[in-house]
Amino acid sequence: MELRNICKSYHGRPVLQNVSFTIEPGVTALWAPSGAGKTTLLRILLGLERPDSGELLGTGVRWSAVFQEDRLLDGLDAMGNLRFALGSGWDEAAARRLLAELRLSDAEDRPVREWSGGMKRRLALARALLADAEAIALDEPFAGLDAENRRHGAECIARRAETTPVLLVTHDRADLEALNARIIELRQGEIRRGSTS
Amino acid sequence: MGEKTSKIRLWAVIFWLAVWQLAAMGLARAYPHGSLLLASPAAVLYRLGQLAVTTAFWQTVGWSAARIFGGFLLSTLLAVLLASLAAWKNGVGELLAPLVAVIKAVPVASFIILALVWLNSRSLSLFISALMVFPPVYLNVLEGIRRTDGQLLEMARVFRVPFSRRLRYIYLPQIMPYFRTAVSLGLGLCWKAGAAAEVIGLPAGSVGERLYTAKVYFQTPDLFAWTVTIVAVSVLFERLFLILTDWAARKVGG
Repeated sequence: MELRNICKSYHGRPVLQNVSFTIEPGVTALWAPSGAGKTTLLRILLGLERPDSGELLGTGVRWSAVFQEDRLLDGLDAMGNLRFALGSGWDEAAARRLLAELRLSDAEDRPVREWSGGMKRRLALARALLADAEAIALDEPFAGLDAENRRHGAECIARRAETTPVLLVTHDRADLEALNARIIELRQGEIRRGSTS
Repeated sequence: MGEKTSKIRLWAVIFWLAVWQLAAMGLARAYPHGSLLLASPAAVLYRLGQLAVTTAFWQTVGWSAARIFGGFLLSTLLAVLLASLAAWKNGVGELLAPLVAVIKAVPVASFIILALVWLNSRSLSLFISALMVFPPVYLNVLEGIRRTDGQLLEMARVFRVPFSRRLRYIYLPQIMPYFRTAVSLGLGLCWKAGAAAEVIGLPAGSVGERLYTAKVYFQTPDLFAWTVTIVAVSVLFERLFLILTDWAARKVGG
């Protein structure tokens, strides 16, 4: 997947300017301070917005995602949420194993509206990792998680990244340390540099 | 607070029935034909009992109910369909907005008289009840669809969730409260307007015709008995329809 010279502006204010990079196997981390345009870039990748100009190679890719918000169905329990997003082809045994790994097994049967913010975040991560996707986009997946849950989450992401390209979008340096990622820095809507954490 | 003050208490009902009874007794004493001006609750109940054991009573109720409820059902179906289209295509909403505004603003009596020119009196209550129900159902369902959580819809789009599942888990839970409110309001309106149309159009065998006859012959207990019947049937239909709607929503929602 590759982005070439992507530009996007809102009401004449440029948000992304000639952004180009490739998403390769493993974890690609897009690091940017708040307001730098990373969520806009993610929305373009997911097909939720169109760029003003530029080229997006790989538009037919099947994505799964953790959004900036959890975007869960509050009235459903964990399995209900997974069933909703993943459809008929999902592996229930694998889902239970992942929920256990993310330490959500105890709350599995309770509606999500009764869960804490951190638990909801982990369920949103589980949903993205379990989906039958060709690429995974994670927007601040560790937001609100303590160090231990962050470590568990990072392990699960790293395992999935062995087979599926993962794009991690974050403003938090600690997220980069948790994963062995290729880092792309986005500042004021422009790509500044790439490195490895 | 609102719920506490608007709830109907049995003691309050008994109080107003007692006031009604006393007023009727007072009029009967004060004037030789005072009972013609206001029938007492006891007389109304007695007359209702007499009517309820006749086949003609139930035929009359059935005749009007079929038309008024038929108009309600047809209009509700059309309103839900058009609200869905309007939510999907802005142009449809813009096209319908003046029409809905006109239906809301024009007095029901004008529509009744116009309908008498266009239609025969037997179809009158069906048409009028349909007309009264359309704006609240259309506007409420449209509002419900528009307030559907856009973030959840985006999530469903990214995960390629089919429309049937989106409808069941995202749209329906959002729309149902709006739909229930509209149905409750619409059923009350269509019985009021439908009965008024029948009183003006006088279709043979309708509740409206019975109301008119009661008025012409000063049969005050009959007038009240038929009015009580309209209220009772309206409330009964509202309850039944809401129970059916909730059941259907539960079935669809799993």
